[in-house]
Amino acid sequence: MRYAVFLGCTIPARQMNYEQSARAVADALGIELVDAEFGCCGFPVEPLDEVKALSMAAMNLKKASEAGLDVVALCSACTEMMTKAKDLLARDAGTLRKVNKLLSKQLGTEYGGEAPEVIHFARLLYEKVGTDRIRELVKHPLDGLRVATHYGCHYMRPSKLYSEFDDPESPRSLDELVEATGAESVDYPGKKDCCGGGILAVGEKVAKEMTRRKLETLSQAGVDALVLICPFCGIMYDRYQKLIAGELEKSFDVPVLYYPQLLGLALGLDPDSLGFDVNSVRVDGLLEKAGV
Amino acid sequence: MTSNRAVVDIGEVDVRFLRRLASELGASDLSRCFQCGVCVASCPVREIEVEFNPRRIMKMAKLGLKERVLRSEFIWLCSMCFLCQERCPQDVRPPEVMTVLRNMAAAEGIAPPALQKLVDILSRAGRIYPLDDFTEDEREDRELPEVEPEPEFVKRIAEAGR
Repeated sequence: MRYAVFLGCTIPARQMNYEQSARAVADALGIELVDAEFGCCGFPVEPLDEVKALSMAAMNLKKASEAGLDVVALCSACTEMMTKAKDLLARDAGTLRKVNKLLSKQLGTEYGGEAPEVIHFARLLYEKVGTDRIRELVKHPLDGLRVATHYGCHYMRPSKLYSEFDDPESPRSLDELVEATGAESVDYPGKKDCCGGGILAVGEKVAKEMTRRKLETLSQAGVDALVLICPFCGIMYDRYQKLIAGELEKSFDVPVLYYPQLLGLALGLDPDSLGFDVNSVRVDGLLEKAGV
Repeated sequence: MTSNRAVVDIGEVDVRFLRRLASELGASDLSRCFQCGVCVASCPVREIEVEFNPRRIMKMAKLGLKERVLRSEFIWLCSMCFLCQERCPQDVRPPEVMTVLRNMAAAEGIAPPALQKLVDILSRAGRIYPLDDFTEDEREDRELPEVEPEPEFVKRIAEAGR
């Protein structure tokens, strides 16, 4: 399996633990990740100018296509933005004209409908590697670990955009991926709730309250970790956890792991290769419980 | 807050705004909205900020109340979680409507400065979080491959029309 890896803006600068662990896990599973000349997916400019956003997404699709590669993205917002651009520009001639007018003027090029496959890393593990194969490769089952999953919003919604590969109301793929490591996936109220990261820039108070509510629930549920698959969610639940706890003069003590970090442990990879030192909330207790 | 005034003055209806909205909306269709409120009941933002009411925004837009809608701070508060979109029985797609309204407001120069700043950063640096020397060193320490530090195409697209 060979894919161009799409990192986006946040991961290579601020969440290197996700990148490091994803590369290590891909290597162990025989997935070749190729680095291409990608740039911003367009998501951050969508609220102000959707045509600009789609133009950025279209350029990335074009670059992957020129390299003859399909795209695997680590960030859920990048996945959604590029999937949407591919879908919309194939069926909406008016929007395609606007995008191509902008691309011609600014870059002297056009989007010609290049449509490589775009898939989220977790979905790739679920659909193309499969939980049966993962179970076979697990060397160090994480028995006894109680883990909560957070799917985030853009991983499987809008479900129509993603050919309904997972249930938008009761998704299963990430839970099954967690269970394949030997850990237990614990259900909890508010599992579908958004992290709030999308409105951090315009409504910080509301965003932080959205984050706090889930952390409160998880803290009370006494889970060993929250496992997620998007850098926005990671920043909210991990980086902001200390800040929110500090403001409330309390602590949540919920370690936050990217799924490839959890999987890496189960595959018996060296914990030093999984970027745990980047995690804001301490993971020592978790690693000890996992027996590494 | 203007968005909560109960009385609608028919003089506020802007027909040109309605025409533009209809042409921009694409797959979503506001005329289908029958105000059931599933969007409000599903909304995680509403749970915290009770003044945030996507159903009301849909209604105001459908009535053509351009000034009230585009000047409402609430159009920027949707977190794009798509739960209402999944549940809407009329396939109105409220998050997509929000994006169209935001784009229209931005074109009139009424966008939150924090979002404008993101476009400025992209036009200058090509990345939201620039890869400075410190970051490059850390990547090297972690044996992570080099990535394009300032993608030119991103800068050129971000700076268009400015």
